[in-house]
Amino acid sequence: MTLAIIAVYMAVVVSIGAFSHRLFQRTGEDYFLATRSIGPFLLLMSLFGTNMTAFALLGASGEAYHAGIGVFGFMPAISGLVIPAIFFFIGTRAWAIGKRHGYVTQVQFFRDRWESNSLGLLLFVVLVGLVIPYLLIGVMAGGLTLNQVTGGDIPEWVGGLVICIVVLTYVTFGGLRGTAWVNTFQTIVFMVLGAATVFVVFRNMGGVGAVMSRIGAEAPELLVREGNFSPLRWLTYSLIPLSPAMFPHMFMHWLSAKRMENFRLTVMVYPLCIAAVWLPPVLLGIAGRLDFPGLVGGQSNSILVRMITLHAPEFLAGLLGAGVFAAVMSSLDSQVLSLGTMFTQDIVRHYGRSDGLTDRQQILSGRLFVGGILAFTYTLFLFSNRSIFDLATWSFTGFAALIPIAIGALFWRRSTKQGATACVGTVIVLWSYFFYQGWDDRTYTVGGSGVMAVAVILAASSVAMVVVSLLTSPPADEHINRFIAPPAG
Amino acid sequence: MSGNRLKLYGLLVLLYVLHNDWWFWNDARIRFGLPMGLLYHVVYMLATAVVMYLLVTRAWPHHLEIDDCGDDR
Repeated sequence: MTLAIIAVYMAVVVSIGAFSHRLFQRTGEDYFLATRSIGPFLLLMSLFGTNMTAFALLGASGEAYHAGIGVFGFMPAISGLVIPAIFFFIGTRAWAIGKRHGYVTQVQFFRDRWESNSLGLLLFVVLVGLVIPYLLIGVMAGGLTLNQVTGGDIPEWVGGLVICIVVLTYVTFGGLRGTAWVNTFQTIVFMVLGAATVFVVFRNMGGVGAVMSRIGAEAPELLVREGNFSPLRWLTYSLIPLSPAMFPHMFMHWLSAKRMENFRLTVMVYPLCIAAVWLPPVLLGIAGRLDFPGLVGGQSNSILVRMITLHAPEFLAGLLGAGVFAAVMSSLDSQVLSLGTMFTQDIVRHYGRSDGLTDRQQILSGRLFVGGILAFTYTLFLFSNRSIFDLATWSFTGFAALIPIAIGALFWRRSTKQGATACVGTVIVLWSYFFYQGWDDRTYTVGGSGVMAVAVILAASSVAMVVVSLLTSPPADEHINRFIAPPAG
Repeated sequence: MSGNRLKLYGLLVLLYVLHNDWWFWNDARIRFGLPMGLLYHVVYMLATAVVMYLLVTRAWPHHLEIDDCGDDR
């Protein structure tokens, strides 16, 4: 029955993608940006669905199993503040500039803003490199979920493969419009299922208050943050939610909006959506300590599925599997599409053909790269074995540390290409160093001080951006006026 | 920049500071069925949604929308 529900769900998702194909205008801009036609509700759902991943469902419940209630404040609460603020300050401006100049990708914007091909190429490599681990999280979660909900009958490699094939199918059919439609459906699915799951499981366990009282008696350390989080780690981790400012897939979704006012709904509702999605897995992760004590490390990523299997009827286990797939695919689709778009626009189109690509060639190129990226990610998945939460944190660290170039490009007239290049170079060097240092230590902080690596890398990249910009000459005023309004008077 | 806009930006900074609720760090009391540290952050997110509403209704960057109208013509 579980498998049947998941199969039906997958069929629905593919059908939505195929249906969106009926509106396809057969142009590059339509495939990559839905002809900049997305309305307020679709924008909210696709931005939110894209940002909520297996990181939110499996990672959060697994982490709450070990670290308790603090997981909710640690990541989602601060994300509810920082991410809508990014949409408000950066997303709206990126949208306006993208529409005015016809940009499709982030790299096009930064390359043009600072008139530098080499900076564009450098950014391309860094952004693709940082998205790959993020993609990997989704495929890993798909494999893990299918394995768990079928009681181990289906090996993880099959679940990962199914996810890749379904995403490939509807992204190929529908491009960004199909992705936005499917994301909307999937976001609603995993929000509703999260709430339903908590209701069913906690009712079965005697209510939230009863569960918390039992936790207080059996695992009291889960009800406080003392011993689970250091205040310094808490403070510096709050920089991680800056990362969506530099996600390539987020940038593409911003550009797909029909009007700037379509961002309003997203900015207002986003904190509530995050709370609605993160609270259920955190509560279930904590409750899992009562029923499944003794899980070690990454084993706890399966706690959500274990709880459902134990407490809920079989059909809910199937629905939960579908819900996790929904969360996974609603991110994976945007990410692979953004990478396919970047390869097409920033490499093939920019460096390849001097006579330009036809719309048909652009679409074909985008589709081929989407397939290639999924195949590459799946191959990596077959050889990977890391905690979902850890992997995401390293990816987000790199993106967050790059935010000075977004701020510089949109707000600071004095910023220069040398400053931006120094900023990116600093991130590459320091991120590589800290990643090497923290590879085997899931609680790694700089020198054991409690300071997350993101704080140090961001501080250094900001200094590099400012100092090198001040030491070099900015572009001409007429050029900067294309991106930043000249000062009044 | 208008005074209202500055106050709203100030509220964002205040919320960022209030995220660090070290005063509830070791408080395991249960209120409304939830531990204090968790309840605090649920309420914190509701407050954030209110501030976002104010930001959108009172400090929206209309000058960027003018650019959009120009391009639509």
